[in-house]
Amino acid sequence: MATEARRQPLIGTRRYRPDVMPIAGGLLVLALLVWLGINLVKTPYDFLEITLIGVTVGAIYALVALGYTLVYGILELINFAHGDVFMLGAMMAATLTVQVFSLHDNEAAGKWIPIVLLCLPIGMLFCGVLNATVERIAYRPLRGAPRLAPLITAIGMSFILQNVGLAWKGANYVPVPNILPRGDVFNVGEADYQWNKLIVLIVTIPVLIGLIFLVQETRQGKAMRATAQDSDAAAMMGINVNRTISFTFLIAGALAGAAGLLYALYVTNVRYDQGFQLGLIAFTSAVLGGIGNLPGAVLGALLIGLIQAFNEGLNWHAPGSDWTQSIVFTVLILILVFRPEGLLGERTPEGG
Amino acid sequence: MATPTPPGPAHPSRPSRPTRAGFGEWWSERSVIERRLGIGAIAILIGWLLLIAFSSFDLSAVYVAIVFLLLYVPAWDKLPFRIGRVRAGRLVIPVALIVLAVTYPFYFDRLFEVPIFGPFPAVSTGVYMLVYIMMAIGLNVVVGYAGLLDLGYVAFYAIGAYTVAWFASVQFPNHNVHFWAVGVGSNVPGFHISVWFLLIAAGIITAVAGVIIGLPTLRLRGDYLAIVTLGFGEILPQIARNGDDLFGSGFNLTNGPNGITPIDSPGFGSVNYLTGYNSFFTSDRLFYWTALILVLITAFCSWRLRDSRLGRAWIAIREDETAAAAMGVPLMRTKTWAYATGAFFGGVAGAFYASSKSATFPGDFFFNISVFILCMVILGGMGNILGVVLGAAFLAYLDREGLANIGGWLNTHFGPGGSTVQIWSTQIDVPKYEFGIFGIILLVVMLFRPEGLIPSSRRAAEFHEGVADQPLYDVSH
Repeated sequence: MATEARRQPLIGTRRYRPDVMPIAGGLLVLALLVWLGINLVKTPYDFLEITLIGVTVGAIYALVALGYTLVYGILELINFAHGDVFMLGAMMAATLTVQVFSLHDNEAAGKWIPIVLLCLPIGMLFCGVLNATVERIAYRPLRGAPRLAPLITAIGMSFILQNVGLAWKGANYVPVPNILPRGDVFNVGEADYQWNKLIVLIVTIPVLIGLIFLVQETRQGKAMRATAQDSDAAAMMGINVNRTISFTFLIAGALAGAAGLLYALYVTNVRYDQGFQLGLIAFTSAVLGGIGNLPGAVLGALLIGLIQAFNEGLNWHAPGSDWTQSIVFTVLILILVFRPEGLLGERTPEGG
Repeated sequence: MATPTPPGPAHPSRPSRPTRAGFGEWWSERSVIERRLGIGAIAILIGWLLLIAFSSFDLSAVYVAIVFLLLYVPAWDKLPFRIGRVRAGRLVIPVALIVLAVTYPFYFDRLFEVPIFGPFPAVSTGVYMLVYIMMAIGLNVVVGYAGLLDLGYVAFYAIGAYTVAWFASVQFPNHNVHFWAVGVGSNVPGFHISVWFLLIAAGIITAVAGVIIGLPTLRLRGDYLAIVTLGFGEILPQIARNGDDLFGSGFNLTNGPNGITPIDSPGFGSVNYLTGYNSFFTSDRLFYWTALILVLITAFCSWRLRDSRLGRAWIAIREDETAAAAMGVPLMRTKTWAYATGAFFGGVAGAFYASSKSATFPGDFFFNISVFILCMVILGGMGNILGVVLGAAFLAYLDREGLANIGGWLNTHFGPGGSTVQIWSTQIDVPKYEFGIFGIILLVVMLFRPEGLIPSSRRAAEFHEGVADQPLYDVSH
């Protein structure tokens, strides 16, 4: 065997082997498209409505996923506590709307619009400060420690925040009244699009534009990008790295706060352990789009939102909501194993 | 513009502490025995003061103090006698601890009440603690030795538990297979294979599952690996939860949220574990001693593995992956072995525990349990077997009895109508906040003593001096 191999010329002897992985991945995507197509033909109006639900949920995921991706981009740390910051934001929103401003079902537009517009900055500030505090307590003392150390404190922090929520609101679902109007914006055949879904997008899109403006155009955003690229070099250029990192956590938390408010108003119930689950889904979105990449996080979140909605809503051979978590994690594992740089990310020497 | 942070060593090694004159100097000049006598005396004094303060003094406290003094004070390991090539003195403390552990069922109920913590744990709690010790030792191989953060360890526990549940219960009534099962009538349907074989089989199946999970994922960097293992740890319990009607096929694999119960118990000759044999061999004691034997085997294997060629390769990878690869350590194979070994112990522990409580439910395999086991490893000291054993025993005890006892104590003293002073007016359910408390433990330990309470000196050095654990290039191919 060995001598035989040696006799052959060294260059150009490698037998052509088709790469199995892209083919397998292509077949998987093809099967998915066929499944979607059959569903579209069988129940077109359901399909449209479910797509709209997916986009709405995806918009909320996008806000949370951006928090993961911002923090990962700058610290290379999976901030496990982020989902729980989001959960506390949702609880804050529930408290503000129900207990402080005592809103009820089907409130008049003149009343709920200003209150929600007031709750939004309060919730964002609350979550932003909370997230920056988490960074100050749990991550900053561990700069330069082995990578596992801040990851472990992140898990600890996540559990602590979860229990803060548990102590604050108890173990049951916290109900939030139907504050947003549920009337139809438009309907196509049997498919309806309600106002509450549109409002989620109306709030999300300006927040996203604001974030892009902040990161691309402002001085602070430049500092963030520089620190993400190389924190030592950024420090040498006169950037206060610690302050930039704190600012990043503040922004990430603020996004989670906005998401929390929207989640509380749209889903209308919150529980202390929902943050962790939703956080994992949002993290998957961030990885799907390419972690560290802001447009990627939005794209990934929309895709994950659609996957979840299709899985739970479609009639023809959909696994159903029992399997959502498994499907999302399967997507995560497949992405990490076969394309760790994500859909929009670039391959790095580290190999993702 | 703000002042720049100067780049430099991010975590400089600490300067050596200057020896203080006076007491410090006097203290360091004492002999080992004198120093230990001093510490022992202070410890016992504090203990007795606490006992008296909380008015639960008991003669058994004296016995405990004597045992403590005998074990701690003399420098046993300095004894000059040898048995073969091993210094006899080094065996004194391990043997004494094992004897204390083996005889625990005979004296635990006569011991004094510890202030705040209440009575010593019951034997059934002991079984639970031992199972978790076994799992913590298994996880320690992955996290402590090889430095791979595994957040889905509960998946291995689940695989072990379901293996024994499938092959030693009436879950598949269309089959009728019996093989050395004790205490099961030969006409009972389902698989009934002796649990003793299943313990090994579960370990091997779990190890294979660990390899299957590990092969595609171990290439990933540390934090990605953590999240992928977390994913597996969430997927497997969901399969267990939804497995009573897999994809609408009507095939009942796991009996869904109702779990699989009853599971056969292991047997010894004609002695059935569920009922026990007589007042001496009660079922609790039989399970306790079996679990103790399993823990001793696990600890011994883990200890010998650490010093083997493979173990040294694990530690090399943990400290610097690139350097290890350059020195010819095969990264993938070594990491996969760590995974398989950790999975093996987890599978055996899961199988034993499922058999001992005669049931397995998907609710047993939450992500929280993975963090619970991780917390044991970190609290005790990553990489150190003794530390991990103590950490696991303590946390498992807290989970089972300790937190409820502490909560009761707090509520009677400071709760509504408290005997000391009333601070809060409604009862606080302390066990409800269990995982918050574990979160605080994780946080505090990582911030202030990342090497754990009983560290391995090598791991401590890594945490304080930092390591290059971020490879510049992907060297795993």
